[in-house]
Amino acid sequence: MSPDLVIRGGRLACGTAAVKADCLTDCLVKDGRILDVVPHDPDRTYECESVEATGLVLLPSLIDAHAHLREPGQEYKEDIASGLAAAAAGGFGHVMCMANTRPVNDDASITRDMLDIARRSHPHGPRLHPIGALSKGLRAEELAPMADMAQAGCIAFSNDGLPVASAEFFRRAVEYAATFERIVIDHCEEPTMAPAAGMNEGVVSATLGLKGQPWVAEAAQVARDVLLAEYLNLPIHIAHVSCKASVELIAFAKGRGAPVTAETCPHYLLLTEEACLGYSTRAKVNPPLRTQEDVEAMRLAVEGGVIDIIATDHAPHAEHEKEVEFDLAPCGISGLDTALSLVMSLTPGQILSEARVVEAMCHAPGRIFGIPVNRFAPGDPADVVLYDPHHRWVASRETMRSKSLNTPWLGRTIMGRVTAHFMAGRRIV
Amino acid sequence: MSNDTAPWPHKDLLDTDQLSLADVKRIFDTAVSFQEINERPVKKVPTLRGKSVILFFAEASTRTKTSFDVAGKRLSADTFSLASSGSSLSKGESLKDTALTLQAMAPDAIVLRHRYSGSSRFLAERLECSVINAGDGWHAHPTQALLDAFTLTQEWGSVAGKAVCILGDIAHSRVARSNVDLLTRLGATVRLCAPKTLLPMGVSTWPVEIHHNVTEAVRDANAVMCLRLQLERMQAGLLPDLREYARTFGLSPRHLERAAPNVRVLHPGPMNRGVEIDSTLADSMNSLVLDQVASGVAVRMALLFLYLTRKEAAQ
Repeated sequence: MSPDLVIRGGRLACGTAAVKADCLTDCLVKDGRILDVVPHDPDRTYECESVEATGLVLLPSLIDAHAHLREPGQEYKEDIASGLAAAAAGGFGHVMCMANTRPVNDDASITRDMLDIARRSHPHGPRLHPIGALSKGLRAEELAPMADMAQAGCIAFSNDGLPVASAEFFRRAVEYAATFERIVIDHCEEPTMAPAAGMNEGVVSATLGLKGQPWVAEAAQVARDVLLAEYLNLPIHIAHVSCKASVELIAFAKGRGAPVTAETCPHYLLLTEEACLGYSTRAKVNPPLRTQEDVEAMRLAVEGGVIDIIATDHAPHAEHEKEVEFDLAPCGISGLDTALSLVMSLTPGQILSEARVVEAMCHAPGRIFGIPVNRFAPGDPADVVLYDPHHRWVASRETMRSKSLNTPWLGRTIMGRVTAHFMAGRRIV
Repeated sequence: MSNDTAPWPHKDLLDTDQLSLADVKRIFDTAVSFQEINERPVKKVPTLRGKSVILFFAEASTRTKTSFDVAGKRLSADTFSLASSGSSLSKGESLKDTALTLQAMAPDAIVLRHRYSGSSRFLAERLECSVINAGDGWHAHPTQALLDAFTLTQEWGSVAGKAVCILGDIAHSRVARSNVDLLTRLGATVRLCAPKTLLPMGVSTWPVEIHHNVTEAVRDANAVMCLRLQLERMQAGLLPDLREYARTFGLSPRHLERAAPNVRVLHPGPMNRGVEIDSTLADSMNSLVLDQVASGVAVRMALLFLYLTRKEAAQ
């Protein structure tokens, strides 16, 4: 069988059964699927469309397990079309979007609308995977109609943005979601201990005179969740872990066999609370940026697999919303455009291997949420990202596809960028 | 006047940590020269004639606002008052848009009091005119710290080597933060005394001694500065009630028996008599409360002079 596309000479970021990581390969594609991945031979010729990938790294299309695309309701910040465009440019072929839209995605009709918009705006990908609300209106009073929503296309359920305070309600939500083979994702923040803050409680908040959120507010709810997962023997996924204590609790629970999985985000691997100095609202995020000790714990946790996933928590906001006093600014960093480059910046120092990046940004979310991914094996979807590790670029209005530029890296030079992105063998970037 | 005629190097006054010790000395020297004006029968000089200062107090204030108003008028600057309730902020306008509107009226300085930490910096980064922080959230109150240090300097000649105890709600106090910075850099030893609920989490990294017992904290202290207790601290679950606070952390005459001879008592005001400070102490010979108010006018005259003439001095 002859290919209809070949990606020539790229270096494979993660190994396959047939080809080791770091090998130069020719990736053969036929009818939207991987036909074969063979060692690169510069003298070999193919009678099909050929894409030169010499000097580039080949990765599978990534999965973002945690994004906010703001549609319906806040399209001035982002909409599904612009969010998916940013995802495509950032190397993401699948985007799981949270339910805290306006109206909240707590009804199958809203889920279907979102999927229709995604299919119309990006018929060839990236793919949208709505996460439904756990509860109607995110109020944690009545369960959302999860059966309907799962059937309509909700991949998981979460009240992200509004943590569920009631342990009893949360327990029932986990049980009910599991009935339909859906996982609950929890934003861990014990709300009675967590004032509306946006920065870590500690030395920097004391200096700046800002209200801080203590790490114990996050860890206390992580403790609840991991014990509950063990007790129920039902999976719970912990969203955007930011602190060392949470990592230790997750490791403890996994050690006991609890079906817990967890994610963190690039900013928790790269920035500390000091990014808030100068009252920088671009560094205001929830959970807040923590200390260097926490950053190091997060890196070790990703490297060692205690943290399964790196997600973006892409939280776009309009410029005028962030250009206010720190206390008044909304929390969130725009991350889809920059996440892969930022995470790959951790690989030269061997903090993370490229294979671990692929695992955390593609294979693990695919496994946890049931999304088929490309492992560069024959028959896999031909979802391929070409990444140039030497490409220098500056995060700006011109280079970012998201409507929102609320990132601490705005105006800063970033090393490494996606140069091409294929889904089902069709180029989308 | 200070002999130092070099251009004032700062556009804005956001906190004391921007100021070198030489800057502080210059402010104090200038304030001393202006004190004499405040004692004249006609308390007005033409020094800042033609200059305009907007007093933008988006949070309630009596003494700081009046002090700046008096200071500006005594130097013949035109002062304009704006309060949050009477401004477009109350209609939902952003601080940025309000500030740009004010800037279009070409003031030479905006004196800002605002409930959010960092608001002065926010304005200063966007405006061409000088911004003087008259208190931003819990963050800083540099002019209060300067007038406190000035008052004590006038009293002692220098604060170096002295022990100053700050007593009360440190966590939510912009006055405490600025005073800790300025007094420690001027060579004083600063002790903080409060229940743990009224101390910020990061306080252990500050260059201060921490106490929870007033008697211990004021032992051999040369000055005790009481901070105002806000009633909402009880609603926030940080304190049980006023009576317990007054009995446990209020400054009383018996505490001062263990302080250094001639201990001085300060309070940035407004005072809750009988809560954070015994009423007799507020009116005693030890009290510098009214000296602080008088010094405040002189220090703010000095600040307005230095900031509003910085461009002329540079030419």
